[in-house]
Amino acid sequence: MSGGRAAAPPKLVTVIIDGREYQAEEGRNMLDVALSLGFDLPFFCWHPVLGSIGACRQCAVRLYWTDREGNEKSEIAMACMTEAQEGTKMDIFDADAIRFRAEMIELMMLSHPHDCPVCDEGGECHLQDMTVMTGHSYRRYRGRKRTFENQDLGPFVTHELNRCITCYRCTRFYNDYAGGRDFGVFGLRNQVYFGRAESGTLESEFSGNLIEVCPTGVFDDKPFSHRYSRKWDLQTAPSVCPDCGLGCTTTLSSRYGELRRVQGRFNRDVNKMFLCDRGRFGFEFVNAPERVRTARVEPGLMGGQAGGQAAVMNGELALDAAAGLLRGRRAIGFGSPRASLEANYALRALVGPANFYLGMSDGDDRLVGAVLEIAADPRLRLGSAADIHDADAVLVLGEDLTNTAPMLDLTLRTWLHLRPNAVEERNHIRRWNDAGITRIKRREPSALWIATTHATKLDAVAAETHRAAPDDLVRLALAIAHEADNEAPAVPGLGENELEVARRWAAALSAGDAPLVVAGCSSGSLELVQAAAQLAAALRRAGERRDAGRADAAARATLVLTVPEPDSVGLKLLGGGRFVQGLAAIARGEAEVVVVLDNDLDRRAPALLVDDLVRRRPPMIALATLEDRLTAQADVVLPTATFAEETGTWVNHEGRAQRYFAVQPPGEDVRPAWRWTRELLVRLGHREARGWKTPDDVLAALEMELPRFAGVRAAAPASTGGRDARKVARQPLRFSGRTAVDAGRTVFEPGPPPDPDSPLAYSLEGLQPSQSPPELRARTWWPGWNSNNGLHKFGEELEALGPARPSGVRLLDAGPPGRELPSPSAPARFAPDGDVVLVALHLIYGSEPLSMYTPSVAGRAPAPFIGLGDEDAQRLGVREGDWLRLWLPWMDARLRCVLVPSLATGTAGVPVGLPGVPFISLPARARLARLEEPS
Amino acid sequence: MSPDRPQELRPRIPAQTHPPLTTDVVVTGHLARRGQPLVPRIGRTVWSTLVGIGIVISHAWSSRDTVQYPEEMTYLPPRYRGRIVLSRDPEGEERCVACYLCSAACPVDCIALQATTDETGRRYPEWFRINFSRCIFCGFCEDACPTYAIQLTPDVEMSEYERPNMVYEKEDLLISGPGKYHTHDFYRVAGLAIGGKGKGEAENEAPPRDVRDLLP
Repeated sequence: MSGGRAAAPPKLVTVIIDGREYQAEEGRNMLDVALSLGFDLPFFCWHPVLGSIGACRQCAVRLYWTDREGNEKSEIAMACMTEAQEGTKMDIFDADAIRFRAEMIELMMLSHPHDCPVCDEGGECHLQDMTVMTGHSYRRYRGRKRTFENQDLGPFVTHELNRCITCYRCTRFYNDYAGGRDFGVFGLRNQVYFGRAESGTLESEFSGNLIEVCPTGVFDDKPFSHRYSRKWDLQTAPSVCPDCGLGCTTTLSSRYGELRRVQGRFNRDVNKMFLCDRGRFGFEFVNAPERVRTARVEPGLMGGQAGGQAAVMNGELALDAAAGLLRGRRAIGFGSPRASLEANYALRALVGPANFYLGMSDGDDRLVGAVLEIAADPRLRLGSAADIHDADAVLVLGEDLTNTAPMLDLTLRTWLHLRPNAVEERNHIRRWNDAGITRIKRREPSALWIATTHATKLDAVAAETHRAAPDDLVRLALAIAHEADNEAPAVPGLGENELEVARRWAAALSAGDAPLVVAGCSSGSLELVQAAAQLAAALRRAGERRDAGRADAAARATLVLTVPEPDSVGLKLLGGGRFVQGLAAIARGEAEVVVVLDNDLDRRAPALLVDDLVRRRPPMIALATLEDRLTAQADVVLPTATFAEETGTWVNHEGRAQRYFAVQPPGEDVRPAWRWTRELLVRLGHREARGWKTPDDVLAALEMELPRFAGVRAAAPASTGGRDARKVARQPLRFSGRTAVDAGRTVFEPGPPPDPDSPLAYSLEGLQPSQSPPELRARTWWPGWNSNNGLHKFGEELEALGPARPSGVRLLDAGPPGRELPSPSAPARFAPDGDVVLVALHLIYGSEPLSMYTPSVAGRAPAPFIGLGDEDAQRLGVREGDWLRLWLPWMDARLRCVLVPSLATGTAGVPVGLPGVPFISLPARARLARLEEPS
Repeated sequence: MSPDRPQELRPRIPAQTHPPLTTDVVVTGHLARRGQPLVPRIGRTVWSTLVGIGIVISHAWSSRDTVQYPEEMTYLPPRYRGRIVLSRDPEGEERCVACYLCSAACPVDCIALQATTDETGRRYPEWFRINFSRCIFCGFCEDACPTYAIQLTPDVEMSEYERPNMVYEKEDLLISGPGKYHTHDFYRVAGLAIGGKGKGEAENEAPPRDVRDLLP
């Protein structure tokens, strides 16, 4: 997966399978080779990312070799542990090998329970597929079956160990790759147990991947099991995760108009195949009772008594009312970083660029602006998660990645596990040889350095960590930059310890060819993002000076920056006023109408300002997905679709535009936000909007008006096209119950709803997975391969190692080169005084508002608290659980104290976005005091 | 048979050898016998008429084939494929485990259901709907059912004046007994633990292993 290696073309060798010659990449295992050539060879323990360990003995083949006398000999061998070399010869359809494989399955099935009808894996079970493939159809064993007690593994994952076939995939993923410490394999002989030492919630943020990694039904999706549907009944669509700025690609599955399941979708550039638990389980807001489902209009607008409660209204009438409200009045609009690019652009067209304000907090606005400036810096290139695999040393600066961009955490761990290693090279240990590389990597020093304001989970795999206040992190970054590259300005007044750390880390980072800096917006510190860019530039310069003339150096990413929300970058690229400027315009009375696009304004500004907006009660049109205190008083509420019900585009943290597709029609009066806005534009006489029939038309208009978005339409096939002008079927061929689903309502069997927005159809007619283009393929299904393990049939997992079709379009590469950013001046050394500096504590379960509508996610969020270091707690005389009063110039709050010993003295951690914790623009200064009892 | 001609799967049936029907014969049958002597013709006609009357009269004393439905019910064998029911296991619990196999097997897609799980882990259908206005009573659902829950019964009296009345929900389908299979109880066979049955208590199961036991 290293880019440095992928750049060299793989050496091809000739292998002989079943007597025929094939070309194969040298050094890959023969199972991988056979599968990618289209052979059906059963396997369990091999996994495209996790590699082979030869544990399940399922991929047995007859392997031939020639001894010293030149006689051809053969034996039964495991294909997954056999390396492809020139002339490697094996038979898959050898009588002994076939019998061996059938007997292995029979042994695995000895104690397998009679559970398939009640097992959630049924219908997409790798064990079922392999059992059918080897022909084992009748249980000869008449003895008693071995059983195990199960454990409660928390709200996300079920545990049913009787179904286990001991392939070890779970522990290899959970422990070796995801860095879990609370799960493992116990016991011996015929009672090997995969689980925790005792029942309890799995601690890893990636536990949901066990569901997909496990080839049987031991680990399954617990929320899904309570309203279960078989895979063949699920309507699917390719989508993008809305829960952070990384833009991991997902597959959405829906049944009976309800979003049921989210799974990782293979994507070379962002998340490969995995997904974090927030992304996997945090989709429940789509089905939440708080959803706005009908249009509402304040009766005064419809000729009734003004000032009454907004009444439910037909969508067209509501549009008339909204258009009447807008006509001839000056409107301002607040965009949204969680709405689609199309919707934001349409709103910008509705209110005019001068009246369009970005609906993100001022801190985010500034930081994302800085990210864009950095992206334009000719010395730097923003990288994606996958670019981490090209690095040989990584510095994480000020980001608690496990909680802000979880998949970066997993990517870093995977990178540490898979990165090239001298011992492996010397001994020709291949990347797929999992047992080998795991053993070597356990002894190898880490190549990850982490400097944050508080301890993070990733610290466990770091070579060294450093904790300091945000200002001191900036100083450290600039100091490392100076140590790596003398041209970078020095930092005055460095302490002995800081200087020592800076020297050591600079030496470590610049030792290799490809150092990488990971930073981001989560700390709220603009200087930190700028310092990270300076550091990346300095490391780059130092590297170039050392080995001038290396061709591949220039193309390499040097910096990965996280952003908070799925379309933060897209919205900032679109451009507009800052959020508080918009509020100020309302306060000045300049705005006669306010249009709010799917946004939770309470999370964008201090309560003081939003309270003021609520009090002023300007005429308001809310394009809302979820009810909040603004929709309660808006004059017109237009119900808008969530990401699961519309087709749209988001631009992720590295400027990659990716398209997501509706998995189900919106239903009732709900429409995509851009369609509501388009109808308003048409009613107001906007000529161009008449031509907007699909999201592609909106994007075309966007490309025309703002050249920075050139090429954004190429992120996915256009809505009217598709191969052979046929649409991709969202439903599998076996989709059942079509004449009964609606029969409770009507027996007249309404046809599938049309979908003009995308090249997909709400039907089983159309292109099935084997026929559809990769960008539009949501399901993994192939005859005989019902589980997700059939991915190799599409040739994609091979592309995990080499070049492949990229996901979406990178917008920032094409932009005009900007200026080289000057180095930020080093702030003064942080010295604690009576006040505290508030730093951001992000929580994977709690900081993201949409995922908090999911009960299982919300249940894992802590109660509101404020984090204090030990010294500060002593100074204030508080213990864990005591109440603290927090003063800022414009607000105060009462929060319980939680000790976070790793926080630097003089700082206090505020959980960002946690319900019950007020919005505070971070970092900020505040005063803390102990409170006897909250009043 | 020459090898280059495709082999015919069925033997060719020879054309029937009856005299060619002319318009004359069809339209005016008596013309066909023109030319025969008159007296035997009259005699044959009278005799055959009397035989016919005799047969009719003799049937007045034979047993009736006509059944006086609906006053009198016809016999339908127990495996007749009529109205579909959902049965209960010997303990009186719902047999259906909401595995979706019936809905997948249904060629007209007239079965829809939703699975859910009770607090003890037992899977059952939250709702279960069969649209009998679409059902073709093929019995594939019964064949597919792994728990003998869905069964076809010898009841065909399902006519309705309104099509929506032919849509049966779970409460219309669920019967109070085990139907044709009196003893089968899926959850006693399956390894899944449910209320009242723990791990290792199903058919042919050993008690749960103690994972911490290291003895050989």
